[in-house]
Amino acid sequence: MNTILEVQHLRKYFATQKAVDDISLSIQKGSIFGLLGPNGAGKTTLIRMITGIFYPDSGSILLNGSPFNPTTDIQKIGYMPEERGLYKKMKIGEQALYLAQLKGLSKKEAFEKVKYWFEKFEMAGWWNKKVEDLSKGMSQKLQFVTTVLHEPDLIILDEPFSGLDPINSNLIKEEIFKLAQNGSTIIFSTHRMEQVEEICDHIVLVNKGTKILDGSVAAIKQNFKEHLFKLTLAVPEHIPKHPSFDIMQKKDNEWIIKIDNNYSTNDVLLHCIQNHQTIVAFHEILPSLNEIFIRLVEGTPLTRQFETPSL
Amino acid sequence: MKKVWIIVTREYLTRVRNKTFLLSTFLFPLVMVLFFVGSAYLGAKSIQQNKIAVQDQSGRYKQQLSNTNTTFFGYPEQVSQSNYKELGYEGLLVIYSSDQSTPDSIRLYSYQQMGLSTDETIKSQIQKVNEDILLLERGLNRLVLDSIRKASERFDLLNYRSYKVSGSELKEDNKSLAYAIGFASGIIIYITLFVYGASVMRGVMEEKTNRIAEVIVSSVKPFQLMLGKIIGIAAVGLTQLLLWIGVLVLLSSLSSIFLPQELLQHTQQTNETMPSIVQSQAMALKAAEVRNIVLSANWPLIIACFLFYFMGGYLFYAALFAAVGSVVNEDPQEAQSLMLPITLPIILGFVMMTSSIENPTGDIAFWGSILPFTAPIVMMARIPSGVPESVPYWQLALSMTLLIGGFLFTTWLSGKIYRTGILMYGKRATWKEMMRWAFRKN
Repeated sequence: MNTILEVQHLRKYFATQKAVDDISLSIQKGSIFGLLGPNGAGKTTLIRMITGIFYPDSGSILLNGSPFNPTTDIQKIGYMPEERGLYKKMKIGEQALYLAQLKGLSKKEAFEKVKYWFEKFEMAGWWNKKVEDLSKGMSQKLQFVTTVLHEPDLIILDEPFSGLDPINSNLIKEEIFKLAQNGSTIIFSTHRMEQVEEICDHIVLVNKGTKILDGSVAAIKQNFKEHLFKLTLAVPEHIPKHPSFDIMQKKDNEWIIKIDNNYSTNDVLLHCIQNHQTIVAFHEILPSLNEIFIRLVEGTPLTRQFETPSL
Repeated sequence: MKKVWIIVTREYLTRVRNKTFLLSTFLFPLVMVLFFVGSAYLGAKSIQQNKIAVQDQSGRYKQQLSNTNTTFFGYPEQVSQSNYKELGYEGLLVIYSSDQSTPDSIRLYSYQQMGLSTDETIKSQIQKVNEDILLLERGLNRLVLDSIRKASERFDLLNYRSYKVSGSELKEDNKSLAYAIGFASGIIIYITLFVYGASVMRGVMEEKTNRIAEVIVSSVKPFQLMLGKIIGIAAVGLTQLLLWIGVLVLLSSLSSIFLPQELLQHTQQTNETMPSIVQSQAMALKAAEVRNIVLSANWPLIIACFLFYFMGGYLFYAALFAAVGSVVNEDPQEAQSLMLPITLPIILGFVMMTSSIENPTGDIAFWGSILPFTAPIVMMARIPSGVPESVPYWQLALSMTLLIGGFLFTTWLSGKIYRTGILMYGKRATWKEMMRWAFRKN
């Protein structure tokens, strides 16, 4: 797999804070990449630099191996910002056509693409409606369509599911998978961890303007595992203590145990069997991304100031 | 540039298709016409005839004062200050003595304010009677006197005109026309600067508060977005002005077809009564004269300059309005306070215009029409008074060049403020911050 986007030592300082402070990352072509971080971590600033809205103070952005050039490369990117923006008084069809044309499509191409997507999302009847008449979910769908309409290589979605009901969420989720299968790369920025686990292959966690975690979802979970297992017994009975594990939690016949580093799972199972217990289920508990996120981010101050000399 | 064109098209079409555009385009001239016709009608209606009771203690003026549109003289017996009102008169003219040396020999008493014209009529009538008496005393025949009076009334129809000589050309000098055109174009530019400037600002604020800016700025450069909006709204303004000019030309050509015929009919209808013939002929002459005067203005030059100064002034200020729109958030009061430095020079221009109309070659007129801040308004007040007599060509050229340079500068400056402002939310930027954005290097 080749790299579509490579970000090296990117920096952007504002007057009062270091919004992005030396972030490097690389994204594989066709992957779904999660950009995570608490509010104010610098995600939006990072994305704005990748989309050419901001110029970085230092560092470089490579798109398909060559330096990012905002004027020409902008058409290869589709960006859906977190704060949705559409012209309220404009008709939906015209709005989609307008945004597509701004992305460089000809009027005819734009019309065909808009028609295709509107039919796909069952929006064809909305053409002459105004945005102000739409529900939040409907305008969300429209925003998604306008983002992917011009078939960009790189699609950046900032909180794409906010305000969507489960049905429309699934619709968009499937569309995201399809786009990735067809070779588009998706950067998915959110702080909804359950969605990240479901969708993303690879994540980067940003906090206070710096990258604090980078890797595939599976690898990160392995790295942060605490050797916790869930043991379900047929009859809730007392088992004598054994050095191979500690019981963390007991609830009826379900026990959560932590296995000592010097022992293996087989040692635990053997001990249970020797004590004449019938084991119904036994499986590993991996930490959720949510837990990892909270563990890494908690306790850090929300904004990062430049160090001010003590008075 | 293709993208700017797409933005221009959208800005133009959404506004022109809007109902308010249609309404304002066609209602504005209608309202103006109604306003003028209405005020003329009310003015005509308010001319009422005041009845004046004359108590002539000298006996000199009895039955001699002639009535006019505004004044009727009655000579009731035993009229006094206490009863003239009951007798149905609005005023009492008491002539105590014909001796001019006594002060207050003639007094007018009234319970309400009388018009200026009534006052003038009474004075001129008394003067006329005095003249007649003097002439008759020197042996002039009564019949001769009457015929002279008749003839002199006719002479009033002759026109007084002033001409200005430039080179070998003799031009009719119409100060009142130059005044009217200058004032009208100055006011229209003044109003449109505000209307379209505010429209640009509101458009930018809409894009910022609706967060459309971020979507669009990921497709085009912020400067292109700003430029597209400014040009699009300029096209809307131009469309509206051209429609107005078209409506005016249409109306004036219609009036030139209908007006004389109507007057002719009027003349025929009132054939029987002698004085009204004279009157309606005078009216017809006057109407024709007005038309000639209006046609005597250098319309192609005035319209061309008007369009140039409208565009130049608009472009100069629109960029600044866009910068303000990009800096403020949803609060309209913020916009108000930030707009002040922009609106002040426009208002100053208006003030300078009023004095430049009186004196189109003075210092205020010169500087006001050269500096790009006020030039669009002030220069339009000067141009109708004559190019190159009042406004030499070099001044016109300098003013236009500076205005073009000026709007290029404000657009460049605003572009830099806009680029940062459009994506900044939360606290409003201070003037210091804005200046830093404007002058920092990329």
